[in-house]
Amino acid sequence: MRYAGIDIGSRTIELVVLRDGEIIESRQADSGFDPMTQAKELLAGVEHDHIIATGYGRHLFELSFDALTVTEIKAYAVGVSALFPGVRTILDIGGQDSKAIAVNDKGKAIKFEMNDRCAAGTGKFMEIMANTLGYSIDEFGKEALKATKDIQISSMCTVFAESEVTSLLARGEKPQEIALGLHRSIVRRAVAMLKRVSIKEAIVFAGGVARNSCMHHLLEEALEKNILVPENPQAMGAFGAALLAGGIC
Amino acid sequence: MSENYKDMWKNLGLKLVPHDALLEVLGKGYEDIYLTQNNRPESMAYFNFVMSEIHGLRIKELLDEKAAGRKVIGSFCVFVPEEIVRAADATLVGLCTGADFATEEVDKLLPRNTCSLIKSAFGFKLGKVCPYIESADMIVGENTCDGKKKSYEILKNLVPNLYVMDLPQMKSDEGKALLKAEYLRFKEAVEKLTGISIDVTRLKKGIDIVNNKRKAIHRLSDLRKADPSPISGLDALLANQVYFYDDPIRFTGSVNKICDELKKRIEKKEGVFPKGTPRILLSGCPMAVPNWKLPWIIETSGAVIVGEESCVGERGTRNLTDDSGNTVDELMEAIINRYFKVDCAIFTPNPDRLDHIVEMVEKYQANGVVHYGLQFCQPYLMESMPVEKALEEKNIPTLRIDTDYSMEDVGQLKTRVEAFVELLK
Repeated sequence: MRYAGIDIGSRTIELVVLRDGEIIESRQADSGFDPMTQAKELLAGVEHDHIIATGYGRHLFELSFDALTVTEIKAYAVGVSALFPGVRTILDIGGQDSKAIAVNDKGKAIKFEMNDRCAAGTGKFMEIMANTLGYSIDEFGKEALKATKDIQISSMCTVFAESEVTSLLARGEKPQEIALGLHRSIVRRAVAMLKRVSIKEAIVFAGGVARNSCMHHLLEEALEKNILVPENPQAMGAFGAALLAGGIC
Repeated sequence: MSENYKDMWKNLGLKLVPHDALLEVLGKGYEDIYLTQNNRPESMAYFNFVMSEIHGLRIKELLDEKAAGRKVIGSFCVFVPEEIVRAADATLVGLCTGADFATEEVDKLLPRNTCSLIKSAFGFKLGKVCPYIESADMIVGENTCDGKKKSYEILKNLVPNLYVMDLPQMKSDEGKALLKAEYLRFKEAVEKLTGISIDVTRLKKGIDIVNNKRKAIHRLSDLRKADPSPISGLDALLANQVYFYDDPIRFTGSVNKICDELKKRIEKKEGVFPKGTPRILLSGCPMAVPNWKLPWIIETSGAVIVGEESCVGERGTRNLTDDSGNTVDELMEAIINRYFKVDCAIFTPNPDRLDHIVEMVEKYQANGVVHYGLQFCQPYLMESMPVEKALEEKNIPTLRIDTDYSMEDVGQLKTRVEAFVELLK
């Protein structure tokens, strides 16, 4: 039997297919402006017996493909727990949401916090800030790590932060240092969210933003704890959904 | 129906075009949220009718009462003692709020960081679409939170008949003395308005009418203990909302009729959702018609609401008024005692509220609590974190929601509520 999980996020769609508990297929595409067409293309030629959808597009997928759904929170808890059996805390920062999840020893979510309507401190925020500084999203974290000076950025709202960044540039501050300041402000917000939920180890950082090595480094520094990052942090939701489709968890 | 009431609305000074638009949105919302529910009790048909006539027949009734010399008093709060209003043959109605309206006009008068409930009340007045406020002979503003208290200074310029009632903030002897003084002053104001002197017989009758209304709601709440729940939380909320608008005697009869049907359902083990559906207690700010957003999200996410710890719910209807007194003084004292127990978050400290939440979780066998805080509502938002902490210490899962009347956060709310329901399973 082949079990699939699809995570339709605000920025990307991930698909994971399992056979006998092993990943046999892992795909990714941009969500674009028509995520259902993108999802359909991503699924082309993929065989599966059951599929579960997660992510903000799950209900649209449910209608179009007659699939079951779970929330990203459950999917991440299941996916991350399967890879890291001792995990107690998950930080997931995606394209438009950030979530702190506490899980028990059975890999079940027991408490969570999630940002409300505003996308402050999420992947979308980072993308816009990187763009303002003239970096690609991949360069953004790497360049921030090269900074030698701390600059305090106080705005978390994308609009305000953008004007704050512009005025810092006009003042002659270096892009690398502004980039570090932006990373620090996102980390402060994430740490506050984690502290309301759990900072019990093992802590796993997942979601697209976990690919940013500066974020990883700053989180470890702020929490003074070792933080694990999966090899493919963006696929944890799809992986968890696939495990759920197989009734494995 | 609108054709028949056009003249009535025009005479009340309503703006017909936006009012038509409002009714259309309200009707559509009701259809989408209420009429799509499965297994509704048949006797909810009465409430469908009430909702379809909420700006029509009910207003005509109020105007007929006015023509017969009786008065209409509008209120925004459960602290306005209905017993006193009824004793003077007057009718107490809840004033419109619960949806964003005329927001640009409102923004000219109120700061942006004012809660939706206050903004909405102003929107309905400024947009001239609330027939209740236009029918009222007296509008009671009460000093609860700072937002409402200060906004009445502005509302005073918009309506000719605002009466401001002061309220205590502490459950002390001095607090109670203030409530007593204010209720006695209110009684005099109602007597002056109606020209009726409130005697023992009248006050007893007033208490009886309101107590019966409360008893019917208590009966309804009690039936919601059953699993499967015989009625949805949305429908029970609707009954609690209509409580503020409908003729009280007819309302009491209609709720009792629903209860008779629910009793039979329970005997047959019938419910609106399957047995074992996760049960939620909703706690926090009041939800006026048509603020159904959060209950709708909860009940379309695989859970059922089994109780409302809210002004539009048990905070408003808990406790009967003792009617055993033989003098006006004794009965007034009983009314004061009853209302002084209301555990509104404007009181400091307010430990009774937490006790009531825990009590309700046990009584209705709720699996978790969703705390509804209206954005910018300081008293309830301030209480939300200690409430969450205290409940979690008792192993009662709690989800704190901070939202308003807009629909822009529905997607994220749905994810949070669904995830909360998943962890209750």
